[in-house]
Amino acid sequence: MKRFRTPTKLAALSVAFGLLLAACQMPPMPAAQQPPQVVEVTREVLVEVTPAPVNYGEVVWLSTQLRPVGEAERVRGVILRGFPGQVDFIPEDEGPFIDRIAAETQAGRGTVSLLGALHGNFSSMVTANQLMDLTELKGRLMDRGIPDEFWKLAQFGTDKTYYVPWMQATYTMVANKKALEYLPEGADMNALTYEQLLEWAKNMREATQENKLGIPAGEAALLHRFFQGFLLPAFTGGVVTTFASEDAEKAWQYMKELWEYVNPQALTYNFMQDHLLAEEVWVAWDHVARTKDALEQRPDDFVALPVPAGPKGRASMPVIAGLGIPVTAPNVEGAEALIEFLTRPDTQVTTLREVGFFPMVDVEFPGFVTPGIRAQGEVVLKQANAPDALAVLLPVGLGPKNGDFNKIFRDTFTAIVINNEDIAATLASQKDVLNALMKEVGAPCWAPDPDSNGLPCQAE
Amino acid sequence: MVARCSQQLVPYLLLLPAAAFLLVFFAYPMVEAFGLAFAGPGGAFTLDNVRRAVTDVAFTPALETTLLLILIIIPVQFVLALAMALLVQAKLKGASFFLYVYAIPLAISELAAGIVWFSIFTDRGFINSLLVSLGVLERPFLFLSFQNTGWLIFAVVMAESWRATSIIMVILVAGLQSISHEYLEAADVFGATPWQRTWHVTLPLLKPSLQVALILRTILAFQVFAVALAVAGRGITLLAAEAYRWYNTYRDPGVAAVYAAIILVLSIASTLIFLYALRTPKEQSL
Repeated sequence: MKRFRTPTKLAALSVAFGLLLAACQMPPMPAAQQPPQVVEVTREVLVEVTPAPVNYGEVVWLSTQLRPVGEAERVRGVILRGFPGQVDFIPEDEGPFIDRIAAETQAGRGTVSLLGALHGNFSSMVTANQLMDLTELKGRLMDRGIPDEFWKLAQFGTDKTYYVPWMQATYTMVANKKALEYLPEGADMNALTYEQLLEWAKNMREATQENKLGIPAGEAALLHRFFQGFLLPAFTGGVVTTFASEDAEKAWQYMKELWEYVNPQALTYNFMQDHLLAEEVWVAWDHVARTKDALEQRPDDFVALPVPAGPKGRASMPVIAGLGIPVTAPNVEGAEALIEFLTRPDTQVTTLREVGFFPMVDVEFPGFVTPGIRAQGEVVLKQANAPDALAVLLPVGLGPKNGDFNKIFRDTFTAIVINNEDIAATLASQKDVLNALMKEVGAPCWAPDPDSNGLPCQAE
Repeated sequence: MVARCSQQLVPYLLLLPAAAFLLVFFAYPMVEAFGLAFAGPGGAFTLDNVRRAVTDVAFTPALETTLLLILIIIPVQFVLALAMALLVQAKLKGASFFLYVYAIPLAISELAAGIVWFSIFTDRGFINSLLVSLGVLERPFLFLSFQNTGWLIFAVVMAESWRATSIIMVILVAGLQSISHEYLEAADVFGATPWQRTWHVTLPLLKPSLQVALILRTILAFQVFAVALAVAGRGITLLAAEAYRWYNTYRDPGVAAVYAAIILVLSIASTLIFLYALRTPKEQSL
């Protein structure tokens, strides 16, 4: 192929020459200080700039978030488009995620450069010294408008910053519009109480002979969050300290009554959107990312509603995901660039549009998100700003014992609601498990439980 | 002499790669996991993990359900597989077509099979849609309700039988094909009916294949997990599911290892029972 050699050489030479020229281009002159009262003259100067191509190389990104196949595909295909580097996005279950980073830290050699996880996942990594201090990066990202309280959470009570807040989510109710006519007398669908929810479920059953309320209680379901962040705090005003209180007994008594009207297939339900779309259930509680499809595919048939309120307030739990860098990261520069990229306002908006997680940064609520997501976003705001709102933090400082903590709530539910065991006795025995666990990890109380002054949080 | 020696070594050399693979990827992790079940935080010997596993609320139901499933699934599968294998062997017209149809589930993963059967049984699933549209049912019947464990078990048995019967059939067909025609012809000469021929000639000669298939299937049945998870969710629980949960959800490898060790012990015990019960005396082997 001799014929092509010369042209190729020529092309290469001309490109090189062009680059040289571009490099020699004078920067545009700064506009001279205009003395006042002079007619303005606009001058157009044509400047050709060839940006130096940046490539951050390969960044392996391990994440406990955005694991469902559809979401992961959107991360790779849409959200990461435009990042100058080769990102290998690996969604991973929490167990293997923690194990892999622990193994890489032990080996002193890593392959993973960036971590995407929940606040709670990071807390055990902080105690194990597996995360880099990102204070310097935080300084560069101060113009993003990430709220201070989120930055504070990322410090885990130290003077270092261990992750950059990345995206947030919460849980809401979603209802089929067919269900709205069965709302109890005088109930405001944007300010329901748990009593009204029960009545609503009863009305639906009378009308259809089917249990039309859905609560996710399957293998991959987030049922434990319903107890930790919604039902129990709304009835008791706390999570751990009030675990076995009289109010908690009332809450579980209520749960038993409510369960009578929950679709009995709930133990197979993981993502409520599937069952809402199939119309097996008409009203459901779940994570916004797990009801998103219903609102997106049929925005005219579904509405999002704020979660109900109990005697102690409208408890809800925001979910905070962050981006951290492990100490063994082979490509720190790439990871920092990727964090910078993922927290840009436009990337944050893309993330909302594609996977339904809400921005951490200050963005204009964009006009091009689907009506479904917009409705969800408005409800999230209503929920957080309700006069009786009660914010419940995700469990803090449990480290590797997060799973055991969740198990306590799941086991309590199974014993009381599924196996019909005595409420007070179950709470008493699970309380001992809970207190032993909190002592073992030495985790102080988190909101809305009262401050325990650094001592382990204990149920009374 | 040297040639003789290397001649004798050849079979061992051929077996070596497979043996090495099994040692590294099966035997070694198995021993390690067994040790993990009895290791405390510092690696010292402890029975804490065992105590936690056995006193857990889910332990008894998991053990009972696992054994119950095995007691139902294995006989059902063997009757089906034997019928299928004899049908394929019968050299009827279109027998090969049956063989291909029977082999379809072989290519499907456990979880996928579970999801398929979930969509068959769920309340807006295939069965219910069909029965409601035919007017047999007024409203969908909830097969997968947590209140009727019987139907949950039935759905898991259906899914698991559909998924894993063909592998037994393949083993049995191979066994049937190795039976010499002389035996069957001799039986014909003595005037045996087809039924007698199957019962007195084919089945006894099939014993080695049956033994292999039984051992394989039972070991795998102790590990039933993805199918049950997809079909019944949290409605029923199994040993393998608990092992997965303790490792993955509750983050406690020690207790997960106890469950794994229990599955291992049960598997070894059942294997020994089959080896003894279905042993073929030397003089009877072909």
